[in-house]
Amino acid sequence: MNTKNQLYNYILEIADDSLILGQRLSEWCGHGPILEEDIALTNIALDFIGQANNLYEYAATLSENKITPDQLAFLRVDNDFKNALLVEQPNRDFAYTLARQFYFDAFRKLFFEKLIDSKDEQLSAIAEKSLKETKYHLKHSSEWIIRLGDGTEESHNRIQTAIDFLWKYTNELFEDNQAYTEILDLELGISVSALKSTWLEYVHSILTEATLTIPNSPFSQTGGRKGIHTEHLGYLLAEMQYMQRAFPNSTW
Amino acid sequence: MEKLSIDELEKRFQAKIDADIKIEPNDWMPEAYRKTLIRQISQHAHSEIVGMLPEGNWITRAPSLKRKAVLLAKVQDEAGHGLYLYSAAETLGMDREQSIDDLHSGKAKYSSIFNYPTLTWADMGSIGWLVDGAAIMNQVPLCRCSYGPYARAMVRVCKEESFHQRQGFEIISTLANGTPEQKAMAQESLNRWWWPALMMFGPSDKDSTHSEQSMKWKIKRVSNDDLRQQFVDVTVPQAEMIGLTVPDKDLKWNEERGHYDFGVINWDEFNQVVQGNGPCNFERIEARKKAKENGMWVREAALAFAEKRKNKIDIKIKEI
Ligand SMILES: [Fe+2]
Ligand SMILES: [Fe+2]
Ligand SMILES: [Fe+2]
Repeated sequence: MNTKNQLYNYILEIADDSLILGQRLSEWCGHGPILEEDIALTNIALDFIGQANNLYEYAATLSENKITPDQLAFLRVDNDFKNALLVEQPNRDFAYTLARQFYFDAFRKLFFEKLIDSKDEQLSAIAEKSLKETKYHLKHSSEWIIRLGDGTEESHNRIQTAIDFLWKYTNELFEDNQAYTEILDLELGISVSALKSTWLEYVHSILTEATLTIPNSPFSQTGGRKGIHTEHLGYLLAEMQYMQRAFPNSTW
Repeated sequence: MEKLSIDELEKRFQAKIDADIKIEPNDWMPEAYRKTLIRQISQHAHSEIVGMLPEGNWITRAPSLKRKAVLLAKVQDEAGHGLYLYSAAETLGMDREQSIDDLHSGKAKYSSIFNYPTLTWADMGSIGWLVDGAAIMNQVPLCRCSYGPYARAMVRVCKEESFHQRQGFEIISTLANGTPEQKAMAQESLNRWWWPALMMFGPSDKDSTHSEQSMKWKIKRVSNDDLRQQFVDVTVPQAEMIGLTVPDKDLKWNEERGHYDFGVINWDEFNQVVQGNGPCNFERIEARKKAKENGMWVREAALAFAEKRKNKIDIKIKEI
């Protein structure tokens, strides 16, 4: 893979994380536990869809084939998606949704903070814009973790269960992909493994404030970055891509 | 302070209304005025919230990233409208939770249009174009409603609704100018939504139970039939412009009246849907009830937490 090719794939990975999580969050619209929270989750979903769009737009300019952001989102198959397994996990309930969000936001904030230093100007600009949003997302999800953890006995148990269950998908976020050595060497992208200790520290501090127990299971699930997903992604794509598949070559 | 008789109070109240002076939450008002407004505003709020569902159906299936984002933002606006309207009704002493329970039990009504299903992507166009379009016609006069908080909420809401109407029209005209399949999708959708949209203005003036008093109180400012006529007059040329056919064989321009004549509305269908027997009444209320039930533990947790941390000003979050 040449550099341009590597960069293309690298950007798709970031974009896929945003799109898939944005799609998941958008499932809440109209069904939130509180009207104010319905609005907040929709806002966050919108930010993720916007990020995905910016990133796909940039990726499309690097592709050897003529391709549009919509084709990248709606016409690739499961295997082509390189999002982390965490973001494709189903919403289940508000606790699972917020636990997933919390883990991911904490990762994303650190990720964009570093990506701003990318030698690639466009990527740096996207990181800067996205970081602003991500800080707000992280504040929102962290507050909910604390509120649910230190709320009622039921909320405490629910959020603890979700935090424990999703733990196994967090390690994948910090696996450096060997396919991107050149990206790292040229300082276009960043090493995610270097972010892990800071992430852990933050997660610990919030879980402690929330009176929750820090998970310590050593087992983890991985594969998303290689296109090997959980069963959930196929359904998500079937729904999301339905229109473009059923009515090919149309403008919407 | 002089003690005024109810008669005298009512006289002064009506004089204020006649002089176009806004009634504010702490002003004296007849109980019937308060009740009518609570009913009307909470019905409107419920409509915004239930109205999120038919369009919410298509967020996950929107055909492009841009359409997905626009639809998300639109449905989010409707949630915002619901919020302002619940707040406006609260200024009259309405209890939001009670009112929502009334919605769930079927005691409180919401706009019947949302009991129709969204079956294709084109329905996102039809809803914006026709349903938001009809809502604007209904609501623009309410910006001059006698009750201050409602009138002010309507000013804000109407601005956004007209944005929705334009977006909806843009969706439907893109389809109408698209492939033969897309055009057929647009026409089929218009066929389903046209008549329900006309019903949104409520029963014909001669059968409308609340209208007369509401007009006198300036809670309602234009009659149902006049609004409906205005909607037909504005919308028919729009359909023609994009090459779609309005599904009404009696529709024709009446030179003498300077308006379109149109066919007879099926009021039996309207009454059926209002009474709960529309295609999606059950599903809509079921979805709202489920959101409330599934969210119960979250609301309880938020309350318990606020109670525990009353003395801390903000949740302390360490920076990374
Ligand atoms: Fe609205
Ligand atoms: Fe409305
Ligand atoms: Fe609207």
